[in-house]
Amino acid sequence: MEFSTQTIVAVAAYAGGGICMGLGAVGAAIGEGYTAAWANLATSRNSELSPDIFKNMLVGQAVAESASIFALVIAILLLFLDVQGAALIKAAALLGAGICMGLGALGSGIGSGFPGGQACFGIARQPAVTSRLTTNMLIGSAVSQTPAIFSMVVALMLIFIDFSAMPFHPGWAALIGAGLSTGLAAIGSGYGGGLAAGASCEGLARQPLTVAPLTTTMLVGQAVSQTPSIFGLLVSFILMFRTPAPSASLAAAAALLAAGLCTGLGGIGPGIGNGQAAAGAVRWVARNMAMGADLMRVMLVGQAVSQSTAIYAMVVSLVLIFVV
Amino acid sequence: MAIEGADLVKAAAYLGAGISMGLGAIGPGVGEGMVAAKACEAIGANPNEAGLLTRTMLVGQAVSESTGIYSLVIALLLLFVV
Repeated sequence: MEFSTQTIVAVAAYAGGGICMGLGAVGAAIGEGYTAAWANLATSRNSELSPDIFKNMLVGQAVAESASIFALVIAILLLFLDVQGAALIKAAALLGAGICMGLGALGSGIGSGFPGGQACFGIARQPAVTSRLTTNMLIGSAVSQTPAIFSMVVALMLIFIDFSAMPFHPGWAALIGAGLSTGLAAIGSGYGGGLAAGASCEGLARQPLTVAPLTTTMLVGQAVSQTPSIFGLLVSFILMFRTPAPSASLAAAAALLAAGLCTGLGGIGPGIGNGQAAAGAVRWVARNMAMGADLMRVMLVGQAVSQSTAIYAMVVSLVLIFVV
Repeated sequence: MAIEGADLVKAAAYLGAGISMGLGAIGPGVGEGMVAAKACEAIGANPNEAGLLTRTMLVGQAVSESTGIYSLVIALLLLFVV
């Protein structure tokens, strides 16, 4: 059976759209459930504050929802894109875009739920600092969303950049690899950033006076947690903008696909681990503010070690792209 | 398109290298993060032992790192040796 190029591109666009929204719906729903679960606990602890808790829950859930709204936007773009006259390589680009945004929304959606839930419970513990808790929650969950935003940027680039100058073989593998790299790496960073933000809301409710060192430690910890997704973004850009030599060999395509997979998968663990380290440090800054500087130092040393495997993965990807 | 055996073997080796290092990086990343988290908590609770705790953290992380290094070795073997 022979299909026209337009048919194949449309198939890729629709499959990509389905993958994008299906995966993209998972994370935000879990995160919002976490927020609502803690809002219930908070209300049962201090039912007089239920209007404040309820308001905070809805704001927190709205931020977690944004990851899946990004996925919805990309899915709708993929469904209604005009594919007439597109080159065959467009099929790979559109499938890559769907995979990228779908995977990329997972971690951020779950992660953004943690600060939401902890802020709700914090309001029940320390009603006097309600507005500070909401502010801290918003800062923390906004940073947790960045990996999803990276994924959306890569997905939009894959959809709208004209790749017709790229040879179809092995270009298809480069473009699907580009989607996998940012999408997978975003899972860990989004989740890890959320762990740090949740611990910071919990700490603020325990000891409101520590708000300044808490927010600083949280932001530094989250910034380090984002690095694996930046590695993913870097490898995606290389895969998208470096035109591979035309080659009919399977090995050339496998190397580019594996490069995307490697940095993407390799970023998941370090992203989560860095977030755990940041959460541990933030939690104890709230209990022992005098040790803030030492905790920050230990956190950074621990995160640097935890980061190493993401760096190995990036090195293997770069070898796969440039050396073999 | 006819695929030759040597090409298929090379392709499998490259994919294997990517999957080996990619999946192999997940565990050490999460495990070392747990170590760092508990080290921070322990130093917060008992600041006098900060030096000992940092040392324990680094040794524990080094052991946890080993599987990541195994993955790297296998990936490099797949890329350059086999």
